[in-house]
Amino acid sequence: MDALIEKLKGQIIEQLNLAEVKPEEINPDSPLFGEGLGLDSIDALELIVLLEKHYGIKIQDPKDGKTIFQSLRTMAEYIKSQGKS
Amino acid sequence: MGIITSYTHIKHNQVSVNGQIVFQSDNSLSLAEFLSEAYKTLDIKYPKFHKMDAQCKLGFLCTEFALKGTTFLPDNYLNKTAIVLSNNASSLDTDRTHQHSIDDKSNYFPSPAVFVYTLPNITIGELAIKHKITGENAFFVSSHFDPTLLINYTESLINNETQAAIVGWVDVDGANYEAFIFLVETSENINKNSIFKPLNISSVITLYNQTKWTH
Repeated sequence: MDALIEKLKGQIIEQLNLAEVKPEEINPDSPLFGEGLGLDSIDALELIVLLEKHYGIKIQDPKDGKTIFQSLRTMAEYIKSQGKS
Repeated sequence: MGIITSYTHIKHNQVSVNGQIVFQSDNSLSLAEFLSEAYKTLDIKYPKFHKMDAQCKLGFLCTEFALKGTTFLPDNYLNKTAIVLSNNASSLDTDRTHQHSIDDKSNYFPSPAVFVYTLPNITIGELAIKHKITGENAFFVSSHFDPTLLINYTESLINNETQAAIVGWVDVDGANYEAFIFLVETSENINKNSIFKPLNISSVITLYNQTKWTH
């Protein structure tokens, strides 16, 4: 799980152009939206694209995004649960 | 009456403020690299900058450099501050990036973050968000830098409710780019650090040609 979280950190920084954020600054349990990384609605769409592009996962119900993208750890857990890590 | 109180001109990987070059980088740097280096010199923390497309970054930097050291924003009501911009390429640079992302149907991953920049007036939006400006705004697409168009429109705003304006040209087309932005305030509300040029064609053309580019 830790390796997947580290990989996701790099992918999120690249995909979301978080040029001022270092991987070690991202707490896997901090909220991705609002506080924490302070991502916005466009970033949410980018995360959906990231899951599809890198892990072949399509989120069918947008409502699931709220749970999946709660934190880096919940994202990693979801990828694992889909057998795509 | 409108008074030009500060201006910035960016091209040839150089930034000129009020006619003086304040930052320059090697000509071999790409536009993206140059913009990134210029951003660092401003010593501000605005993470959203890195998410912008090249045109927004250019417009953002040009405006920030023009505002730096002035009292333009605190001196004017933000709901009476206008933003009037223009360019030639519209959002073509980002339109191409988006097009490339959907060309290959077997590798079809259009980026929402790219797509949101496929309109030229998003540059105005980025400036408005950064500085909470809620006044009038307009973005004109014209074949060349047209001071008459910009001045006439800005004057018509000033003759009504507008108190101040961020006006200029922000154009990006591949490796070709140029930005020229000037701040306009009304004669009743200018600060002592201003350059005090009246808003007219002669002034704008003079300021546009003022900088002695080093490369």
